[in-house]
Amino acid sequence: MLVIKDLQASIEDKQILKGVNLTVKPGEVHAIMGPNGSGKSTLSAVLTGNPAYTVTGGSVEFYGKDLLALSPEDRAHEGLFLSFQYPVEIPGVSMVNFMRTALNEKRKYFGQEPLSAADFLKLMREKRSIVQLDNKLASRAVNEGFSGGEKKRNEIFQMAMLEPRLSILDETDSGLDIDALRIVANGVNTLKSKDNATIVITHYQRLLDYIKPDFVHVLYKGRIVMSAGPELALELEEKGYDWIKEQVDAQQ
Amino acid sequence: MKENEKPEKGNQIIEEAAQAEYKYGFVTDIDTEVIPKGLDEDVVRRISALKGEPEWLLEFRLKAYRHWLTLKAPTWGHVHVPEIDFQDISYYAAPRQKKPGEGPKEIDPELKKTFDKLGIPLEEQLRLSGMAVDAVMDSVSVKTTYRERLAELGVIFCSMSEAVKDYPDLVRKYLGKVVPYTDNFYAALNSAVFSDGSFVYIPKGVRCPMELSTYFRINAAQTGQFERTLIVADDDAYVSYLEGCTAPMRDENQLHAAIVEIIVEDRAEVKYSTVQNWYPGDKDGKGGIYNLVTKRGLCRGDHSKLSWTQVETGSAITWKYPSCVLKGDHSVGEFYSVALTNNWQEADTGTKMIHLGKHSTSTIVSKGISAGHSQNSYRGMVKIAPKATGCRNFTQCDSLLLSDTSGAHTFPVIEVGNDTSVVEHEATTSKINEDQIFYCNQRGIPTEDAVGLIVNGYAKEVMSKLPMEFAVEAQKLLSVSLEGAVG
Repeated sequence: MLVIKDLQASIEDKQILKGVNLTVKPGEVHAIMGPNGSGKSTLSAVLTGNPAYTVTGGSVEFYGKDLLALSPEDRAHEGLFLSFQYPVEIPGVSMVNFMRTALNEKRKYFGQEPLSAADFLKLMREKRSIVQLDNKLASRAVNEGFSGGEKKRNEIFQMAMLEPRLSILDETDSGLDIDALRIVANGVNTLKSKDNATIVITHYQRLLDYIKPDFVHVLYKGRIVMSAGPELALELEEKGYDWIKEQVDAQQ
Repeated sequence: MKENEKPEKGNQIIEEAAQAEYKYGFVTDIDTEVIPKGLDEDVVRRISALKGEPEWLLEFRLKAYRHWLTLKAPTWGHVHVPEIDFQDISYYAAPRQKKPGEGPKEIDPELKKTFDKLGIPLEEQLRLSGMAVDAVMDSVSVKTTYRERLAELGVIFCSMSEAVKDYPDLVRKYLGKVVPYTDNFYAALNSAVFSDGSFVYIPKGVRCPMELSTYFRINAAQTGQFERTLIVADDDAYVSYLEGCTAPMRDENQLHAAIVEIIVEDRAEVKYSTVQNWYPGDKDGKGGIYNLVTKRGLCRGDHSKLSWTQVETGSAITWKYPSCVLKGDHSVGEFYSVALTNNWQEADTGTKMIHLGKHSTSTIVSKGISAGHSQNSYRGMVKIAPKATGCRNFTQCDSLLLSDTSGAHTFPVIEVGNDTSVVEHEATTSKINEDQIFYCNQRGIPTEDAVGLIVNGYAKEVMSKLPMEFAVEAQKLLSVSLEGAVG
């Protein structure tokens, strides 16, 4: 579904991604790990079209479409979802209003009628339970006054509502206690199917105990420098990144 | 469920609205009786004569006119009102109604069509439940609905002209008592030439069962609109009153100089809501209404309450300060305002809370939104008299900037005359956050709609004070008015 070829990107003239190659197929879970500042969050920002970043080279194909040519909202409609590392607060805008707008925009994109109020609320109720988000939370303003754990659960709730084909979870485990981590991971696993895929960006093995990756990649200095099966994550947990850094730096 | 219904409705409207331009810019082709341009004592006399007014009212007008001649237009506002040639304006324009001969209640089909188009059907059976309307086109009221039904309760709701004829004692008792003709330049002008407006009287102990509203429409070219509204709530009475306004798109500027006076007696409450959508001019700042208005209420009775809520999106220039004189002990004044300016619009708006009664309290919440090249100012005064002990005021004054070329300003004045009163003032200025917009984009919401959502969220505290029907309209307006503001 996703083919990234030699992707290069910069922010404020600073080159962050220096040629990323990655292929993701339906049903797969990919983990992207790496030391701080290696470009993990930049990769998710560039894929979703954050205007703060400039693509300076390479290509991204998503279900045969040139992803980089699409607006951020059309990428979302095509089924790309980002669970943000730091979800923003939007004061005064209720989750109900926000989600309904988002969902109906997607329906409009596919030429469908907007969902009726009753159907929408039913759907919301159904999806809320996946991440044990209570009714009060859903009627509050977007992320306003939410705790760290509530914000992340709210991200997965939105993912459940929008039913993306490819979800990128950007450090979804950061700031979560073990109970919240389990709830979030269960939510992600419940939504997993043979038709959708997940990219998990994380520092730690911890999240991967709950969300089992098929592939683990290490991003370092703007490139994927190592790819292997789930055992790589365990090795990284044990040995850290220094041995990889040394290897790569020696090659250069 | 109610909680959930509201945003949904608003949302759908925001979507539609994102495509639209100023929708009310059309002109009605109707034969209009106009007094030729210019202003002198004869014109004042002619207006009075056309309306068949009693001598005392003509005297009032003439005194106001003579006083006006001694005044100069105020220049202290943070707006650029060009020098207005007051001899180049017509002060009276009345649509000549074709009466099909079925009595005075029939309304000209052309006028009916106009108000239908504005979404203000004038047939009572078509009205949404619970709202009576006084429809004012240019200088005259063309129709007031539900008059009879309200009269059964003793509620008087009619045009000012009719009130002068039918209830001269009441009008005489209250007219000019809150805003005297000596108040300011535009108040003096209005007092000399006012042509119509609405009159509301709620008798003792009556809770007005429906929302009362006046819809102001400017139609004729090269005229000004000078209406006057007078609302009296007697002891223990309650009324919620709404005001809406639109005008055609024209290249020249037009003047709107109104007066609103409100008197609130013991334990009575008046809620006054405005959705102001006068034509704001085009994107280059050409044309638009000069909205120079004096609005003031007197909370005369103990425990009386007056609440102003305004959503200001229109007009090339806005200069208005709906104020409360809190004379009664324990009286309450409120001011909730959203003022949005885009393109080259200028707004200088705010309120005055004058605390004269003991333990009187006031709340001010002002939300300014500036886009394009516009200038948006909050100007407010909180004054607590030495004898008004135990008073409280809370002021919150927020500005949101949507562009680097727009300006937000605040001019607060606080005078506290005793040490048992407490005044709080909070102010913030923020820029619209790009992370919020991208967050919306990532969920599939295009930037223009995202801005509409964020701005409506920002203004929610004020919007929630509006009656439901108005709230939807106002949400829609905020989004439409922001067209092209970001991007």
